[in-house]
Amino acid sequence: MDFDKYLKLSNTIRKDILVMLKNAGSGHPGGSLSCVELIVALYFKFLKHDPKNPFLEDRDRLILSKGHACPTQYACLAEVGYFSKDELFTLRKICSRLQGHPGFKCSLPGIEVSTGSLGQGLSIGSGMALGYKLDKKSGNIYVLLGDGELQSGQIWEAILTASHYKLNNLCAIVDYNSLQIDGRVENIKNIMPIKEKFESFGWNTITIDGHKYKEIFDGYEKFIKNKDDNPSVIIAKTIKGKGVSFMEDNVDWHGKAPNARELEMAILEIDNSAIGL
Amino acid sequence: MEAKATRVGYGEMILELGRQNKNIVVLSADVTASTNSHLFAKEFPNRFFNIGISEQDMICEAAGLSLVGKISFVSAYAIFATGRTWDQIRNTICYCDLNVKIIGTHSGLMVGPDGATHQALEDIAITRAIPNLKVISPCDYLETKKAVKAIVHDFGPTYLRLGREKTPIITEENTPFKIGKANILRDGIDVTIFATGVMVSEALKAAEILEHENLSLRVVNVHTIKPLDKNTIIKCAKETGAIVTAEEHQIVGGLGSAIAETLGMNYPVPIEMVGMKDSFGESGEPFELLKYYGLSDIEIIKAVKNVLLRKKF
Repeated sequence: MDFDKYLKLSNTIRKDILVMLKNAGSGHPGGSLSCVELIVALYFKFLKHDPKNPFLEDRDRLILSKGHACPTQYACLAEVGYFSKDELFTLRKICSRLQGHPGFKCSLPGIEVSTGSLGQGLSIGSGMALGYKLDKKSGNIYVLLGDGELQSGQIWEAILTASHYKLNNLCAIVDYNSLQIDGRVENIKNIMPIKEKFESFGWNTITIDGHKYKEIFDGYEKFIKNKDDNPSVIIAKTIKGKGVSFMEDNVDWHGKAPNARELEMAILEIDNSAIGL
Repeated sequence: MEAKATRVGYGEMILELGRQNKNIVVLSADVTASTNSHLFAKEFPNRFFNIGISEQDMICEAAGLSLVGKISFVSAYAIFATGRTWDQIRNTICYCDLNVKIIGTHSGLMVGPDGATHQALEDIAITRAIPNLKVISPCDYLETKKAVKAIVHDFGPTYLRLGREKTPIITEENTPFKIGKANILRDGIDVTIFATGVMVSEALKAAEILEHENLSLRVVNVHTIKPLDKNTIIKCAKETGAIVTAEEHQIVGGLGSAIAETLGMNYPVPIEMVGMKDSFGESGEPFELLKYYGLSDIEIIKAVKNVLLRKKF
């Protein structure tokens, strides 16, 4: 399969994210750039959704539990047609629908719930999956988690609930970029091994490179085609700040916006990477 | 006087409403029988979810269920339903304005022998501070049934504060109940007592006793702490000129504070507050604890006499 379309989309979304953050003057580039491919693949390929009808019955839903990566979600929602791309540049400004962390009541189409207080998204997704099962709805629920977020106890409560209630319509995705605000996850509070932990809690696990579309597509397809009762987790190894060399794997870029010069350098680098696409 | 626990009123009414409305789901945190959710659980096993001892998860599971169209009732002890879960209630339920009803049973000192760890005495303070959240504290079993019915038809998040113990039934089948509308149970001109929960019956007892001393007390049942019935509160302050508040809760941040906020900004009159005086409880029998910590008709009578000394007209 030819992934050129998606590779081009990744570059567009990365540039949107950086321009939005530069314009806002604050925000989280590192964790936004690490999950670009994971989110692009959902909105442009795997989610059953309709940008013209955001409340489509039975739709697949994405919950961004790591809410600080919302620039990526906003950029994808605009690109896929939920709202005008002009609105992206209101991010973090007063009276904007694009809050610093997603706000459900701000009426931005495509936002399924408010997130930002870490550790809550998987429980919310599990509740949605329970409701879909109860009503025999066909949709799937996807929840994007950070790896540092796995330090939150509520995540493990939800992991137990989802396997107990056999929520095979629930797919967690761990954006495993190995960094959190204070440093490397393994040094702050180690959460490894992730795969074995999920398996011991009764989940199917799928390990992929979170920047390679071939592996991402295979991962989502494996979840969708899964026939057993277990919920699934896709553990996606990623690089924080992916696509901008001076941001990559650098914890300083967790929560800092680029200035004009840094933005220029970043855009140039992304454009250069697109030569040949 | 007949006595029944408010939690029993919840259990009976949620079963009845569950029969009428298939969108109602009930979640429990391993306290199904004691929160009286077991009747619903037995009749509607597929609409009942035991989430186990995971209250934070339970609140957000309920949020997810509501986001796909359900009316979610979460039931747990008041202390855990609101304290352990405050961030989940604020950031997920209330910021999203979701149709989740939080049922906190075993509130207040009257959970008794279990002691201080289980006595929710700050729940009104921490819930009423959150935007979008309605806070309802019924005075008896019958009023609880009406409240449960009312919140099903009222979209949005609600905290319903209930008790474990049997308490006197002081309202009647035809006593009105409207969310946000305080009920004047007894008219009077000298002092108004605003009370909530079990303290309403204590306030009525106090008024009865003081009648023999030729004092005319107005007793108002403030079942809805948020949104507060400001009109009735200001009207009573104007007409009686002195206020006593009574609640099975800390004075800090509770009903008394809510009333003082309203009157301070609109019509300041002397107020005395009966409630927990910035302390934890302990083990003991329910009514014994109420007396020991000064949450009874005796303390209300003292407060009435004190406030009369400060009354300006």
